[in-house]
Amino acid sequence: MPKLGLLRLPLWLTYVFLYLPILVVVILSFNDSESLFVWKGFSLRWYPELFADSAVMAGLRNTVIVATTATVLATVLGTLMAVGIHRYTKGGLVRAFAIAPALLPDLLLGIGILSVFSLLGLTLGLHSVIMAHTVFAMAFVTAIVLARLAHLDPSLEEASRDLGATASRTFFRVTLPQLAPGIVAGALLAFTLSLDEFVIAFFTSAPTTPTLPITIYSMVRFGVTPEINALATVLLLVSVVTVIGAQRLTRTTDTTRTTDTTEAP
Amino acid sequence: MTTTTPVPGTPRRRGRRGLAALPFLGPGGLYLAALFVVPLVLITSYAFFQRGRFGGIVWELTLDNFVRLIDPLYLGVVANSLKVGLVVTLLALLIGYPTALAITRLSPKWRTIALVAVLLPFWTNFLVRTYAWILLFNNAGWINQALQGLGIIDEPIPMLYTEPAVVVGLLYMYLPLMILPLYSSLASRDPQLGEAATNLGASPFRVFRTVTLPLSLPGVLTGCVFVFVPAMSNFIIPELIGGGKTVLIGNLIRDQFLKARDWPFGSTLALVLTISLVVLLVAQAAVSRRLNEGKRIRKAVTGA
Amino acid sequence: MNTPTPTPAAPLLQVRAMNHSYGDVVALAGIDLEIADNEFFALLGPSGCGKTTLLRSIAGFETPTSGEILLDGADLTAMPAHKRPVNMMFQSYALFPHMTVEANVAYGLESEGVGKAEVKRRVAETLDTVGLASFAKRRPAKLSGGQRQRVALARAIIKRPRLLLLDEPLSALDRKVRAEMQLELKRLQHEVGMTFVVVTHDQEEAMSMADRVAVLNRGSLEQLDTPEGLYSRPATRFVADFIGTANLLDGTVTTDGFAAPGWPLLAVVSALPVGAAGTAVLRPEDVAIVAEGAGLVDGVVVDAFFLGGSSTLSIEVPGLGRPVTATVHAASTARRGDRVGLRIDQSRVVVVPDDRGPVASAVSEKAAVPSSAQAAS
Repeated sequence: MPKLGLLRLPLWLTYVFLYLPILVVVILSFNDSESLFVWKGFSLRWYPELFADSAVMAGLRNTVIVATTATVLATVLGTLMAVGIHRYTKGGLVRAFAIAPALLPDLLLGIGILSVFSLLGLTLGLHSVIMAHTVFAMAFVTAIVLARLAHLDPSLEEASRDLGATASRTFFRVTLPQLAPGIVAGALLAFTLSLDEFVIAFFTSAPTTPTLPITIYSMVRFGVTPEINALATVLLLVSVVTVIGAQRLTRTTDTTRTTDTTEAP
Repeated sequence: MTTTTPVPGTPRRRGRRGLAALPFLGPGGLYLAALFVVPLVLITSYAFFQRGRFGGIVWELTLDNFVRLIDPLYLGVVANSLKVGLVVTLLALLIGYPTALAITRLSPKWRTIALVAVLLPFWTNFLVRTYAWILLFNNAGWINQALQGLGIIDEPIPMLYTEPAVVVGLLYMYLPLMILPLYSSLASRDPQLGEAATNLGASPFRVFRTVTLPLSLPGVLTGCVFVFVPAMSNFIIPELIGGGKTVLIGNLIRDQFLKARDWPFGSTLALVLTISLVVLLVAQAAVSRRLNEGKRIRKAVTGA
Repeated sequence: MNTPTPTPAAPLLQVRAMNHSYGDVVALAGIDLEIADNEFFALLGPSGCGKTTLLRSIAGFETPTSGEILLDGADLTAMPAHKRPVNMMFQSYALFPHMTVEANVAYGLESEGVGKAEVKRRVAETLDTVGLASFAKRRPAKLSGGQRQRVALARAIIKRPRLLLLDEPLSALDRKVRAEMQLELKRLQHEVGMTFVVVTHDQEEAMSMADRVAVLNRGSLEQLDTPEGLYSRPATRFVADFIGTANLLDGTVTTDGFAAPGWPLLAVVSALPVGAAGTAVLRPEDVAIVAEGAGLVDGVVVDAFFLGGSSTLSIEVPGLGRPVTATVHAASTARRGDRVGLRIDQSRVVVVPDDRGPVASAVSEKAAVPSSAQAAS
């Protein structure tokens, strides 16, 4: 394997660039001062203030509702799509269609769905955000599950059919368990994306029920208190735990599966 | 009595197959049709209609929106957006390519850590990441403080509310999206090709130029697709970091839809975005197809 | 276990005391060999024996832990991989998928900075030599396996390297194409007058193509000899077992010959000291089927495979752990269940040292009915 050599420089540059702002925010969240530019000492005061802020809590509640619902919908629809594409099509066009929402700029999706709702005379609210989030989230789930399907052994399904199981029995007893890690990974990704999603929510939510990112947007535009730093740090922690949890989870489900098959007589 | 239920993978009559696929492709397909295709078709069609007096739609076909688009004012914004998009993409490529290449040369353990580390900023709230740059760029902000503290400058440099700041902000946002597909492409290349080139007398630089680089082109294009159009359509960063002084297509569209309530014109602008995206995707697919043939040979020969 | 045969001509490549380890794993241990100019040489051995590591060390993709590699007397290890006058044909061919056949073949010359006109000329010439002149503008994806291999070959020989390394050149081809390519490679080697070094795990391939073969096992060189030498005069038990089929009779060297349990004393001369543990190597074609009682030992035919021109018989002999394999002319009518006698051409039996160690020898002793003349060594 060729050595790193000079490439070390851009590598480190990238990481410094990526983490500098985050570091600043995290450090400032412990700043014992209202100022964003002067360091006055270590303090945890912003965290309790954060949890006392009703606007933030409301936004958080809304976001969790949206993310959870959208994830469930997206996971079901996305997984079905992936299995359908893998089994019944040659990929290509149908696959591109199913994954397209992930590639589309969120702005376009946002204004598009807003237009549809407006045309139909429907009111906006959390439900419209959920529906919108489901669209792009399911594209990601489909992509991940498809990737997993590509690595599965097709003869397992055939063996199941050969032993007399119907299509649906095969699906639930053989296919689904194998797909589990991929489905979980997709679901976690969908959840995280929805939690953080701003643009689509911005266009499809009602002013009375903002999601957390929208609340943050107002905070940033109209008056920043260091509370925001605390919020950011908390969100960062949640995301990190989720991502690492997802990794661990998919790894352990994989290993338990393989040990089972080797131990079976 | 035998019921022949279809076995996946075996050829059978079309009708049966279509029926079996329904429970899988049906729900998702319908959902996407309703909430993905319809919205897109709708806003594309709006471009051909007029804004009503009080903000609705007058259903009379017209090309006025396109005429208005050619107005130097708006054309300037479109051109500027394309420029900014291009600059951000190129910078992302310049920084991202060596980074991705470096990651492929790390040991497997470090590679995972490196990749997660690239992704992690992505999992912090988008708005907070943007606002963090305000903290850094502000005249009283941390970068200026550091530079003044080190004695490099006397007066704070105005960074906030300038176009370069917007570029940096956009670059920051989308760099991971360039690095990941690049890494994926570089990591999946056949190491024996590099060895073969070396064996034939190519210096390490020549190997990079004639073998590694051309074969990583699909990854480069994927990265560009992930960066270029999103960068162009982003309106938060120009607003918050650019202070409204830098107006990009995204800002225009958002204003048309939410402030001016001129949805047809907003849709026309959105069409520009859509077309850019389609052009890029087509280019990427074409290059990808040409080079994927190579991977098939290796599979056939070594079964790997 | 080295039995160096004198190199026919002035050595082109010399490997001296080469060792290669990855941490705790020893890939190569004390390799000494010489390859002559214009020779068709084979590195043969089972997977994991170190032959690929040796090949890659010569090419420059691996660095030996210690030892020397000299090409025409010059230290090869001091040169970076892309400067060595050694070219390689990869097992997977490693053709550049984004270039045409022409561009692939021209690559090496272009890397040297050869002029365009000259490149064009030599590419055309080389493509002609391998029979692919009409495929110049095609891409590798549109070629068959055999054609791709020829491109890989053309690409490697166009630079007229001193040494051409071929990594398992025939493994990816199907049977019929393989036979054709074997002849092609031999012909080519003579025509271009290059030294070919082939790495393979297939002993038939090595034996049929090479002038001399180096047999490797677990990082050590077992024997370096001509194919005929390896077959008729194996130097170690491994070589005897690996090359062709053999009946291995474990026993002890005595003053008048060789004593193997289950057999009468064999009048076989060997260089081993009296009392040493050894293995007599008996080739199936040196075993003759005669009437019961008329041979050295008697047995029952347990298996018979008729292969057209010859038949392979498996004869179980009481007192022997494993059945004896004999190859007879098709005309023989011995069938399963027949009681026969075995006569052997003792002049063609070779005794090799039993180097498996005390445990292994003990196991083989237990398999045979205990008899006299078991001197502990």
